[in-house]
Amino acid sequence: MRTQFPPSSAHGSPSPTDRRLSALVRHLGVGDHSASSMESQDPNPAISPSATAAFSGDSVFANIVQAPEDPILGVTVAYNKDPSPVKLNLGVGAYRTEEGKPLVLNVVRRAEQLIINDQSRVKEYLPITGMADFNKLSAKLIFGTDSPAIQENRIATVQCLSGTGSLRVGAEFLVKHYHNRTIYIPQPTWGNHPKVFTMAGLSVKSYRYYDPATRGLNFQGLLEDLGSAPSGAIVLLHACAHNPTGVDPTTEQWEHIRQLVRSKGLLPFFDSAYQGFASGSLDTDAQSVRMFVADGGECLAAQSYAKNMGLYGERVGALSIVCRTADVATRVESQLKLVIRPMYSNPPIHGASIVATIFKDRDMYTEWTIELKAMADRIISMRQQLFDALRARGTPGDWSHIVKQIGMFTFTGLNTEQVASMTKEYHIYMTSDGRISMAGLSSRTVPHLADAIHAAVTRVA
Amino acid sequence: MASSTILSLGSASPLALLAVSENSKVPPQKVKFGSSGLTNSFLKAKGNSSLKSQSFGRISMTVAVNVSRFEGVTMAPPDPILGVSEAFRADTNDAKLNLGVGAYRTEELQPYVLNVVKKAENLMLERGENKEYLPIEGLAAFNKVTAELLFGADNPVIREGRVATVQGLSGTGSLRLAAALIERYFPGSKVLISSPTWGNHKNIFNDAKVPWSEYRYYDPKTVGLDFDGMISDIKAAPAGSFVLLHGCAHNPTGIDPTPEQWEKIADVIQEKNHIPFFDVAYQGFASGSLDADASSVRLFAACGLELLVAQSYSKNLGLYAERIGAINVVCSSSDAAARVKSQLKRLARPMYSNPPVHGARIVANVVGDPALFNEWREEMELMAGRIKNVRQKLFDSLSAKDKSGKDWSFILKQIGMFSFTGLNKAQSENMTNKWHVYMTKDGRISLAGLSLAKCEYLADAIIDSYHNVS
Repeated sequence: MRTQFPPSSAHGSPSPTDRRLSALVRHLGVGDHSASSMESQDPNPAISPSATAAFSGDSVFANIVQAPEDPILGVTVAYNKDPSPVKLNLGVGAYRTEEGKPLVLNVVRRAEQLIINDQSRVKEYLPITGMADFNKLSAKLIFGTDSPAIQENRIATVQCLSGTGSLRVGAEFLVKHYHNRTIYIPQPTWGNHPKVFTMAGLSVKSYRYYDPATRGLNFQGLLEDLGSAPSGAIVLLHACAHNPTGVDPTTEQWEHIRQLVRSKGLLPFFDSAYQGFASGSLDTDAQSVRMFVADGGECLAAQSYAKNMGLYGERVGALSIVCRTADVATRVESQLKLVIRPMYSNPPIHGASIVATIFKDRDMYTEWTIELKAMADRIISMRQQLFDALRARGTPGDWSHIVKQIGMFTFTGLNTEQVASMTKEYHIYMTSDGRISMAGLSSRTVPHLADAIHAAVTRVA
Repeated sequence: MASSTILSLGSASPLALLAVSENSKVPPQKVKFGSSGLTNSFLKAKGNSSLKSQSFGRISMTVAVNVSRFEGVTMAPPDPILGVSEAFRADTNDAKLNLGVGAYRTEELQPYVLNVVKKAENLMLERGENKEYLPIEGLAAFNKVTAELLFGADNPVIREGRVATVQGLSGTGSLRLAAALIERYFPGSKVLISSPTWGNHKNIFNDAKVPWSEYRYYDPKTVGLDFDGMISDIKAAPAGSFVLLHGCAHNPTGIDPTPEQWEKIADVIQEKNHIPFFDVAYQGFASGSLDADASSVRLFAACGLELLVAQSYSKNLGLYAERIGAINVVCSSSDAAARVKSQLKRLARPMYSNPPVHGARIVANVVGDPALFNEWREEMELMAGRIKNVRQKLFDSLSAKDKSGKDWSFILKQIGMFSFTGLNKAQSENMTNKWHVYMTKDGRISLAGLSLAKCEYLADAIIDSYHNVS
């Protein structure tokens, strides 16, 4: 025990030098039978520390195990290790140019220039709810400038950290203030969804969504599962460009879903990460959300500017809660602040400044819509090229889902063995569920991918 | 068909849409952001509902009727710290003074963007870097320099790879990640926090579901540290508790332990197998020296203790709104550090996926470049120096004006941005209501918001509140 150094008692307190020496003594474990500090030099100590020692040397973090790598990010890790010149990274959920490079939109660079050169700008804390004009304009973007809910001041909008942050804040709010703590998520969905909701304290259930047989929507299953959900449960809906499947309901199917949700009193929570990116039209991609607002009912919507403005690393997004009345919206906003303050106090300014700058300038806004459409068009073109290439090779199977699915991702329908063979033989990197990011393809690399798929389908069961 | 709708903020009429097609010859014009109907009715609604908020509790709805599902949500009170600035903004009196939130102001009482920050941002703009997602743990270059800044580049904990550093959303976000780690891996363990402490600490631990209790800290009789009370309370806590310590410039009191007291605190923590948990929001800002302000943290690391340290660059680099900070966990082995880091990532991913890049790049550029780093040190000394001058002037004004013989020297002894005046709630309210001096109700004033020119006015206000209000 601590017999080697002076007792730290109130009487006759040791000099500072004595203290430092005794601290050093403890650190070196001299005369102390615990292996305490030896661990720092020898990663595999032969002596196990004495449990009765004052500083046993066993880390307080001893019970913390290594967490597995994130499944999606792990794809890029493996890709980076591969020396092959023909390797292709189709795991990444970030847009790439025809040359395979990340893209910063011209209009974003312009906005950033204005911001950085503006001598009057300061870096004072934003309000807890974020930048006011950013919030108003975000709401208009998704709900429409003439949305009655906006006119009637029924929407509480708060700036959050991209889509993830908006979902988390919304979920925490619901756990605190909503009577039902179950959320239904589509099967499959983005890998991070269940974790976000579980950490917030919601209980997660799923509803059928993807039909592997048709590589399309399991509409019957969806209706059955939402139909049997308890009244008042929360339902997660991908506003457009479902991730990972790329399968979206038709307008008619959305209407059907809306009626079911309203009749069962379910609370819709939209995840809108691809507005404008899916079809190329901002309004078209917001139709599902606007349908639900038009009926006067309540809903939540998480928006992300990661993809449609290429602001991935800036973490810009917004959470909107559409309420029945302005009075409720005001109270809801005040309570959202109580969720945010203990999480990170207030949101980061840079990305929101960029968005607000672009939105407030007619010229820049137009430029944005054009650049956005160009990105969406390139994705759509890749779909067509891949489909044509597979047809040209006579690859067995119906590949029309490639052109029917929408957004950044295609759910190929390939199984894990086929995926593994594509990685091994052709150096194609993708998630094991068969999802490929069309954003990672170019005209130059489509033939290689088509060859890989052809080989996997014809040679691997 | 490429037609697009411009978002308009200034329109009162819902039909004021601007539809522009690709080939339009309409000259570009700025869309003005003016006060819209939305803002006005929002303010009105806010004012009304604070008078009639009621608590309904949760309403169970089985049928979708026209009552909101959130009808039972009550109006939350304004944040006790951030709400002060809101109130200040609403005040039209010329003499008003904002000594609420801890944000640095120049002598002209203007916000301040550091020159090195502007230089860094211009460099970044020139380089035209991309905006790809950072890894979950943040910008590697930032994580490296932030740990080195805190512990010293030559510190054994760094050389031995024993520090898990994860970029966090300034101090708050870093504290929250640590709290989440404590909740998951030390279930039932308490965090001991000083009485008083920064108002948001309790909220963070409450929301993270980490139990906490207080240790004595501030002694109102001496307007100093209740050291015996502090030691006694730390000793009395169950072994293996986390002890939240302010690395320097204690918020809200400005009272820091002496070096000898820090050593005693380290001893006691070691005795009880407690885990020190530092909140370092003012490194460089307290004394003007980055190294001196980190000495408490370095002492504990040198003792061989495992510890947590939350850092913020809000004040010392003036990066408030960029939300840049870090959580550091010093472990007894590099293996433990790697595991801890992996679990911190697992907690960050469902909170916000990965942190914002802009502030991290600014810090990496400033701290990582010797020329910029030196320039930063100079600007820091100027900022800390201004605070010290203001303290002196305030003390001089109070001593000259107050004939009661009260000892105001605590103003000089306290350190950092804040001063704990010793004014109680009623007296603080008098400061606001009568003198238009905005401060928090616990008697804390932010000297960063005080100019030399206003010291005499403030002295008058303090003397009046102290002596004439109870």
